[in-house]
Amino acid sequence: MQWQSFSEFIAMGGRGFFVWGSYGVSFLLIAAELWLLHQRRKQSLQRLCQLQQIEKD
Amino acid sequence: MNTFFSVLHRDILLAWRARADLLVALSFFVIVASLFPFGIGSEAEQLRTIGPGVVWVAALLASLLALPRLFAQDFDNGVLEQLLLSPEPSVIWVSAKILAHWLTTGLPLVLIAPLLGLMYRLEPGATQVLVASLMLGTPILSLLGAIGAALTLGLRGASSLLALLVLPLCVPVLVFGAGAVDAWAGGMSITPHLSLLGGASLAALALAPFACAAALRLACE
Amino acid sequence: MNIFRFSSPQTFYPLAGKLVPVFATLAALCCAAGLYIGFFVAPVDAVQGEVYRVIYIHVAAAWMSMFIYLVMAFWSAIGLGLGTRLSFYVTQALAPTGALFCFIALWSGALWGRPTWGAYWVWDARLTSQLLLLFLYFGFIALTRSIEDPRRADKAGAIVALVGAVNVPIIYFSVKWWSTLHQGASVGAGSSASVAASIKLGMLVMAFAAWFYSLAVTFARTRSIILERERHTDWAAAEIARLGSRNNREDR
Repeated sequence: MQWQSFSEFIAMGGRGFFVWGSYGVSFLLIAAELWLLHQRRKQSLQRLCQLQQIEKD
Repeated sequence: MNTFFSVLHRDILLAWRARADLLVALSFFVIVASLFPFGIGSEAEQLRTIGPGVVWVAALLASLLALPRLFAQDFDNGVLEQLLLSPEPSVIWVSAKILAHWLTTGLPLVLIAPLLGLMYRLEPGATQVLVASLMLGTPILSLLGAIGAALTLGLRGASSLLALLVLPLCVPVLVFGAGAVDAWAGGMSITPHLSLLGGASLAALALAPFACAAALRLACE
Repeated sequence: MNIFRFSSPQTFYPLAGKLVPVFATLAALCCAAGLYIGFFVAPVDAVQGEVYRVIYIHVAAAWMSMFIYLVMAFWSAIGLGLGTRLSFYVTQALAPTGALFCFIALWSGALWGRPTWGAYWVWDARLTSQLLLLFLYFGFIALTRSIEDPRRADKAGAIVALVGAVNVPIIYFSVKWWSTLHQGASVGAGSSASVAASIKLGMLVMAFAAWFYSLAVTFARTRSIILERERHTDWAAAEIARLGSRNNREDR
């Protein structure tokens, strides 16, 4: 183990902002993509069901 | 070959009849290039360094401005559909249309560039290199642009889409075109730049008409 | 087994549905393992200090963004050549993820560059061509979204992807030449000679994580596209009805 304490881990040798800034934004964006994917699936399914209803009537 | 020349003749004639449109692109080129000194100052040495790059960027933007017209009129009045139905290979008349477009929009830019060279106080030798690089490079802009114009034909917001598609692809042309003048100014050989531009022109000439014809067929389906 | 069987949307749809959770799990495991190696096993870089640890996300994202564009060009060529609809669906499903990784590579590169090179952005060949790659992704997405006829959108997107793929090496070469002419090789931060084995391993595992993630997300997105585009076929209509009635039950 190379980190003596948790705060040292967060500090990243004084470069914490740059390291956690890149990881933070990256994982935020990945989470956003997953959420958008979920939304898209839900919405497209809803729309397709409505279309199917309309075409049936 | 007959098709090639008749389409070429027709397109040049049409462009000549609508020559006001051509002047718009040409004056756009001159205006964009003459705006830069107002933004960055008129110091001769500075102008000389940025001149070639500015002229090249302005040429790129001006040729982009003219692109949507390349197929739009023929698309609207159904000529494109007729041409696609004709038994001739579509690559032939597509090449003719691109050549006509270059002759009416690209070539005037090349011819007027020495004037901008004077405005930017380029040395005569540098202006010659600039004109040579434009001569070899602007056909690539027309050829790549034609693919974009065909792909965005008839779409909403076609012209901004066209810019988004074509501009990133034109970066190498800009690099080698403006780089040739820089190399000349730095006392280096300009042959690698110009031969790369010429090679890229030939490669684009060989490939782009096919992509363009395929895209036109999609637009008319 | 005939692999061409899976080129039909009808057989691909259930297969992708089974594979998505598998790939998602693998991605999460690889990501956890890669980050553990990267942050707790790999030693600190002697020159750059701790900030080099950005490399694990940066390199994986940069590799993935280029790889995805190549895969898109590959499927575009297959789609245009053989006329398989599924190839176009996959191409369009890949694009957002490719753009995402492209942006992540740029973002982490900028944050990495500030402490190491002293600037968020330098006109370095790799950064610049990554930026142009992002523009190519934007162009592809914008074009396919703005064409209303889906079959024209498929093929127009495929043409753009292929033209872009032909241009990517030219762009990279020209930008590389340009940047060495203009600023010398000052930013060659590649200490490739003496990279510790654990750092390499961390990068590799993270690259696998990105790869599995892309597979999972792309397959899930392809499933949505398949349902939207194939809704008039019997099997897709049945699937939509099944999913719709399940949703209704959940609502009640």
